[in-house]
Amino acid sequence: MTTESITSDRQIDRSQMSVSQTDVAIDIVGMNKWFGDFHVLRDIDLKVMRGERIVIAGPSGSGKSTLIRCINRLEEHQKGQIIVNGTELTSDLKRIDEVRREVGMVFQHFNLFPHLTILQNLTLAPIWVRGIPKAKAEETAMMYLERVKIPEQAAKFPGQLSGGQQQRVAIARSLCMNPEIMLFDEPTSALDPEMVKEVLEVMISLAESGMTMLCVTHEMGFARQVANRVIFMDQGQIIEQNGPEEFFSNPQHERTRLFLSQILH
Amino acid sequence: MNHFVRSEMAPAQPAPRSTTGAIVWAKQNLFSSPSDALLTLLAGIFLLWAVPPIVGFLFTQAVWPGGTVEDCRLETAGACWAYVAARINFFIYGFFQIDQYWRPNIVFALGAALLIPLAIPKAPFKVINALLFFVVLPVVTYVLLAGGFFGLRPVPTEQWGGLLVTLIISYVAILGSLPIGILLALGRQSKLPVIKTLCIAFIELWRAVPLITVLFMASIMLPLFLPQGMSVDKLLRALVGVTLFASAYMAEVIRGGLQAIPRGQYEAGSSLGLSYWQRMGFIVLPQALKHVIPGIVNTFIALFKDTSLVSIVGIFDLLNTIQAATSDANWFSSNQAVTGYIFAAIVYWIFCFSMSRYSMFMERRLNTGHKR
Repeated sequence: MTTESITSDRQIDRSQMSVSQTDVAIDIVGMNKWFGDFHVLRDIDLKVMRGERIVIAGPSGSGKSTLIRCINRLEEHQKGQIIVNGTELTSDLKRIDEVRREVGMVFQHFNLFPHLTILQNLTLAPIWVRGIPKAKAEETAMMYLERVKIPEQAAKFPGQLSGGQQQRVAIARSLCMNPEIMLFDEPTSALDPEMVKEVLEVMISLAESGMTMLCVTHEMGFARQVANRVIFMDQGQIIEQNGPEEFFSNPQHERTRLFLSQILH
Repeated sequence: MNHFVRSEMAPAQPAPRSTTGAIVWAKQNLFSSPSDALLTLLAGIFLLWAVPPIVGFLFTQAVWPGGTVEDCRLETAGACWAYVAARINFFIYGFFQIDQYWRPNIVFALGAALLIPLAIPKAPFKVINALLFFVVLPVVTYVLLAGGFFGLRPVPTEQWGGLLVTLIISYVAILGSLPIGILLALGRQSKLPVIKTLCIAFIELWRAVPLITVLFMASIMLPLFLPQGMSVDKLLRALVGVTLFASAYMAEVIRGGLQAIPRGQYEAGSSLGLSYWQRMGFIVLPQALKHVIPGIVNTFIALFKDTSLVSIVGIFDLLNTIQAATSDANWFSSNQAVTGYIFAAIVYWIFCFSMSRYSMFMERRLNTGHKR
């Protein structure tokens, strides 16, 4: 793996990719989480401004996935605060639903609903959560399928699509809810090498549209190209964070240097 | 290493024709080895020994409708179908008053008219059809059979009987046990300790008791707990007992299906903001139920046959009417009882085999996961 541009044929349009100075999208303060006795996240402090593209890297078991899964409360934290779009996550189901409506998530294994067609996968939540009329929801769904370049697959079932196509559908499914923040949990890790690029392309175009994004990924080329901040985690803690240029060219912490030397050749 | 570059791609070719023909088939399937040949031979001898007497008893030597009891009493006579034909009304309607047969007949016709289009995937108006079958039909059935409304003569449930009662108990228990079973299975997986404990207690209690015990308790013990002067219809008690018994089994079958759904499906639903009931209703249950169609239908089939146990508390279902008719002296012959039981077996088999075949059809139809 290299940090070279994965999409060298494409110029990144940075005009929309501005980061707000005042508008906080996610504020995590002194957050701790345990799995039983195992202290999986320790004293996490992270402030994400509107429009930021953050890549979270780190060895497996470092807590990166758990961190972003706490942001839409797929995991529960035990100490500290997580405030998303001004709503603090507590055990209050109403608040959790409020946050989840505005935060999209893309999973490593796509998690499309196999018994529904692609179009039904995309329209289920807009119709039942947002109360959008079916025809309008389908129109929006087709627009996003165009955007991820697979409108012709709308009537098929997920099992009939390739991994890359399924992951693009999963991204479109999240976008149909018109979220303000997108979380990506290793979106390309389960894909064949030939399909990684098509998914990254979609993510790049999403970044260009100004979406606030948190991506757990090992795609360092994507991090260098798109991220405005790279966070390195180990043993449940944030070890280092920096802009991508600095992060890759001049890592400060010893653990970061070791990690980068392992994955970059 | 030799350098190699493919100059043209190999075209796809049709698969070789498999060797066919009866002799080849027999050689491959019946006589592929000496021990195989021996087994084939033994099986052939067994069939030659067993089949002709069975065919003789059921068909060639049988006394068909139109025959008399004297024919059935002959030494050489087989199955006495004439007896079944003569008593068929009793087997279908029990003690229902003869001049009121039109009422159960309408129920049968309505049931069939609603069930058949419901079972055909392509038939239109599924929602209305389902509502009619699951909501309107029970009400209409009750009004028609019990009477007392619209000038219909009341018919006490003690007079209902035969296939009519077997089908009513099965219909109610199947319709009742599926939703109750789903709720119990969901409750058993609940994070709320009170609900979880209650559901586990309910399921384990009903599963640990034989159905006969349940029916005895319902018919003998339940009245003891009811206030003086209040009584619950015997058929109703049996219906409730069988339904709750079946729902405990149903709950465990469905729980198996729920466990087969990957956590990612729940999480994807949650991350889209769907509520608990939306996640269950749209994402988890459709997949879970599909996985366990064989188990669900298995429970339905067992349930259908178990309805015959209600005869123990004095309800005249199909088997009990057949049993009762064996003491009919007008048709007394040595094959009278055997013929009755064979008839019962055939009727039960037709219903159970239909359910089994239909479930296989549904499994194939709903299989979207692996279709490429």
